Amino acid sequence: MASITKSRMLEEMKLQSGQDPSCCYQCAKCSAACPVTAAMDLLPHQVIRYLQLGLEEELLESRTPWICASCFTCAARCPRDLDLARMMEGIRLAILRRREGNKFGPADLAPEQLSKLPQQALVSAFRKYNK
Amino acid sequence: MRYRYFPGCTLKGQAKIMEETTMAAAEVLGIELQELADWQCCGAVFPLYEDELITLLSPVRTLAAADGEPLVSLCAACHNVLKRAQELMQRNEEARNKVTDFLEVDYSGEGRVLHFLEVLRDDLGFDRLAEMVKKPLTGRKLAAYYGCLLLRPAKIMQFDDPENPTIIEDFLKALGAEVVKTPYRTECCGAYLSVTEENVARDTVSKIIDSARRAGAEGLITACPLCHYNLENCAEENAGKPVKIFYFSELLAEALGLTVESGSAEEKTGEGSP
Ligand code: SF4
Ligand code: SF4
Repeated sequence: MASITKSRMLEEMKLQSGQDPSCCYQCAKCSAACPVTAAMDLLPHQVIRYLQLGLEEELLESRTPWICASCFTCAARCPRDLDLARMMEGIRLAILRRREGNKFGPADLAPEQLSKLPQQALVSAFRKYNK
Repeated sequence: MRYRYFPGCTLKGQAKIMEETTMAAAEVLGIELQELADWQCCGAVFPLYEDELITLLSPVRTLAAADGEPLVSLCAACHNVLKRAQELMQRNEEARNKVTDFLEVDYSGEGRVLHFLEVLRDDLGFDRLAEMVKKPLTGRKLAAYYGCLLLRPAKIMQFDDPENPTIIEDFLKALGAEVVKTPYRTECCGAYLSVTEENVARDTVSKIIDSARRAGAEGLITACPLCHYNLENCAEENAGKPVKIFYFSELLAEALGLTVESGSAEEKTGEGSP
């Protein structure tokens, strides 16, 4: 278990996403709004709680940032005007930039996907899962 | 009415029909869409981290190329990226200086950035559109599917009320259709998860399609090629009545009495891939 300290990721997150997780009062409206929670291991409001507590390692291992579809519904509903979609992007980027490299690349596509998927889908996926 | 037009890659490939039907309709409506020269892909998703400047280069280059004239796109994702890039250029001086210096352009966030539906509503007017309809879609039960990118973030997109939008319904009414409302019309279809986590997209799409079917809709209307793809390809098999997926422009052309021969293709040829 990572120690409960202000982590590096937390500091970078504040700077680059313009979001301060400590503003969140854990009402969980974001989680109620999120359309893809069924596939997440941490709910959106739990991600913020982990950020507040500086549980960086746990966040880097979580499936949730990769399930987030950047639909911006959480941000639209948050009574504290926090943009959780930006924070999810921050966690993805922290991983893509420093740790494991790309999550998804052209080699992961099946040939029938390549012939069917719209260009927009491919560009979006590469932008989100690839550096 | 004259506009600069940014197509984006998907409209030259998988979603060619959206461009073809819009162009045919625009001509009849007296709307001139002048395609930008040498445009490039907008990047499809707006970079959500403020230091991701490289991914801003393409949309800012596009915005600057419009030369202060109104800039129109049809794809909801292109519109979202361009509009958000414009807002960032207005708000963040440091990012603006770095990006415009690199591109060697002079741009500080000016010009209207519009989705074609906004042109129809705000510049032409749905009343005027209704007068120009030749073959009203009478008796067709159609439902709007907004998805995410046209509506959110609402403060920046300023497209419509994010929780209770009406623009696509008003558009359908102007075309003479019978409008059906479905509760999932502003829910996400799963976006790019259909590429990486297909099961998740299956779940979101099935909810949207089932709710449309229960509401009695025979078709869902979208302005986003990725929504179109997901809605068409990711729904669970269901024995109920099929729900067809249309681009808004297909119905527009139809109601204006136009038949558009598509050179495009549901099957992609490999050309126009990113
Ligand atoms: S909706 Fe906002 S305040 Fe409520 S838990 Fe989510 S992020 Fe925190
Ligand atoms: S942006 Fe991500 S976390 Fe927020 S509601 Fe959408 S999918 Fe859920």
